[in-house]
Amino acid sequence: MSALSTSPRFKENAREAMADPELQKALKVVEVNFIARRKEVADKLPEFEALRDSARDIKNHTLAHLDLYLEAYERRVVEQGGHVHYAVNADEACRIALDLCRRLGAKTVTKGKSMIGEEIGINAFLEANGVTPVETDLGEYIIQLRHELPSHIIAPAVHLTKEQVEADFRRVHTHLAADRNMEEPETLLAEARAVLRERFLAADVGITGANFLIAETGSSIIVTNEGNGDLTQTLPKAHIVLASIEKLVPTMEDAAQMLRVLARSATGQEMSVYTTISTGPRRMADLDGPGEYHVIILDNGRSAMLGGQLRDMLRCIRCGACMNHCPVYHAVGGHAYGWVYPGPMGAVLTPSLIGIDKAGNLPNASTFCGRCEEVCPVRIPLPKLMRHWREREFERHLSPATVRAGLGVWAFFARRPRLYGMATRVASRALRWIGGSRGRFRWLPLAGGWTKHRDFPVPQGGTFQSQWKHGKR
Amino acid sequence: MTARDTIFASIRASLGVTGNEAPRRKEVADRIAGHPAGVVPARGHLPPQQRLDLFARMLEGAAGTFAQVPSLEEVPGAVCAFLRRHNLPLAVRRGGDAVLEQVPWTREPALELSVGPSDGTQLTSVSHAFGAIAETGTLVMTAGPENPTTLNFLPDNHIVVVEAKDIDGDLETAIARLRARYGAGELPRAVNMITGPSRSADIEQTLILGAHGPRRLHVVVVGDPA
Repeated sequence: MSALSTSPRFKENAREAMADPELQKALKVVEVNFIARRKEVADKLPEFEALRDSARDIKNHTLAHLDLYLEAYERRVVEQGGHVHYAVNADEACRIALDLCRRLGAKTVTKGKSMIGEEIGINAFLEANGVTPVETDLGEYIIQLRHELPSHIIAPAVHLTKEQVEADFRRVHTHLAADRNMEEPETLLAEARAVLRERFLAADVGITGANFLIAETGSSIIVTNEGNGDLTQTLPKAHIVLASIEKLVPTMEDAAQMLRVLARSATGQEMSVYTTISTGPRRMADLDGPGEYHVIILDNGRSAMLGGQLRDMLRCIRCGACMNHCPVYHAVGGHAYGWVYPGPMGAVLTPSLIGIDKAGNLPNASTFCGRCEEVCPVRIPLPKLMRHWREREFERHLSPATVRAGLGVWAFFARRPRLYGMATRVASRALRWIGGSRGRFRWLPLAGGWTKHRDFPVPQGGTFQSQWKHGKR
Repeated sequence: MTARDTIFASIRASLGVTGNEAPRRKEVADRIAGHPAGVVPARGHLPPQQRLDLFARMLEGAAGTFAQVPSLEEVPGAVCAFLRRHNLPLAVRRGGDAVLEQVPWTREPALELSVGPSDGTQLTSVSHAFGAIAETGTLVMTAGPENPTTLNFLPDNHIVVVEAKDIDGDLETAIARLRARYGAGELPRAVNMITGPSRSADIEQTLILGAHGPRRLHVVVVGDPA
């Protein structure tokens, strides 16, 4: 039941996004704020780079022993009175959640923000089966009102302006006075708080994601700023955790290392407001907390990723730093990527989850500038993994004919260095001769894709190889 | 084959393992039993008074407020001072925590007090924290009958009493204390690590306090740091 993908029409999506003035205004904020905040807190912590190494090593160690940590984790959850359910794919995960809701007689379900929830399309599934899901993270609530996918993994509504949110609230919150003043973001937040407070108190089941699962204690961790995740999991009869297999870490100490890099990389905070470690259901004498605690462990192709080059991607802790620093994301926003996960991490993960035949555009939407890898808290070599997908795409003859022809021509010359040298010399001289005194081309045959948007400069001096040969290094 | 079997088989096929390898099993068991600490920032490695100062500074950086009193005797006064400063009714809901039970609440006869979890109708709650972490200005709250979790989230104003001796330099020290208190591999149902009042930046990245949880977080530190 996973969400429908528009990744195959990435190019059209991107063109539309760049022509959308409201989106462009909203995206400017991402570029400025997120980057500055992360840098500020990273600079304040001398150990930050060492912590990134530590976080990478913890994830690598856990992935190499994932079967055993999963066993240990499961044992601890059960000992604490919780239940662990396994789902091979999205449909199975949705089905398990629905069965739990039905058994508990649940009519409404509150939801904390969960990317796994988005990946498996749980809201649409529950709704189609008579259970009403209510997103409670402010950003997720807004996009649920608009029937949209998140455009950012930690700031789902980052593509919207205040005016758009105001219009949505006026459209949906019809029980409130139509002429109320909603100019300030504070009033919008206060309105959402009041509306959702009722929902929290009425919900039968609460569903959250998990940032980490701890094998040592059988716990799940959520990290939020609003407190919605905590109300979601504390107030209803049952708490259901949606988590994928790679969320595991061995111990509390390991979780501490991960938490230090997560908040800083994501929102640029020293620590998020609420970091909550949940272990099992309500205990005997407890006065509050959920009566049942269930964890749905989702695979959805991840166990297969463990065996290949894409294993590195399973270190991802979903902080969003890669998209916050990505010039392509800054230009087109998250929706252009056409599925749940945008930006560089999405360009690597989406083809694994929905297929390279559908998501082939995404790993090609990169300049390979390398900023994503530079900021990744667990040092995932994102450009290398995007290149991996480009190679798979080429092997499977999925890339467009013009690209294949162009690469064929290049390969022909690259295998014949002398011919290559001669051809580039001739071409550069010819271009200089034709380009003449103007110094640039407004139009060139076979280079329309370039010259449509900018001039092509006339080559200066000799070719790189001839300069190299003459010692101008 | 169950979904569980399928997933474990697929993980093991990808890793090229059976799951029965003694050295792997030992490595995992040792890691869990030994729980080695990784990189612990030097920031929190401070003598007690400076550690307390760091906690206060980080808490205020996260938009929380801070007061220090010499003993539990002065807690009611500190609670009322906070309520009066914000023009709030002199009424609080608290848990039946042993430390909060020792507080001489009658010293503030005007203060209306009730004990129990929150159902969302209380404006202000008082909790006792298991500890605090100076490194980030974080409170460590442990759930239990004496400190209901709802008190941390439903009221608009959250006042937290923490003893100065329970303020640790870093997260790892707090984890070690949790382990010592609850046992290896054991935790209370919820450990809420709280750093400042609730907030959201989901509308145009504008940071606003008071999203779904408390709008104000006030910490009353009791005694001198050990």
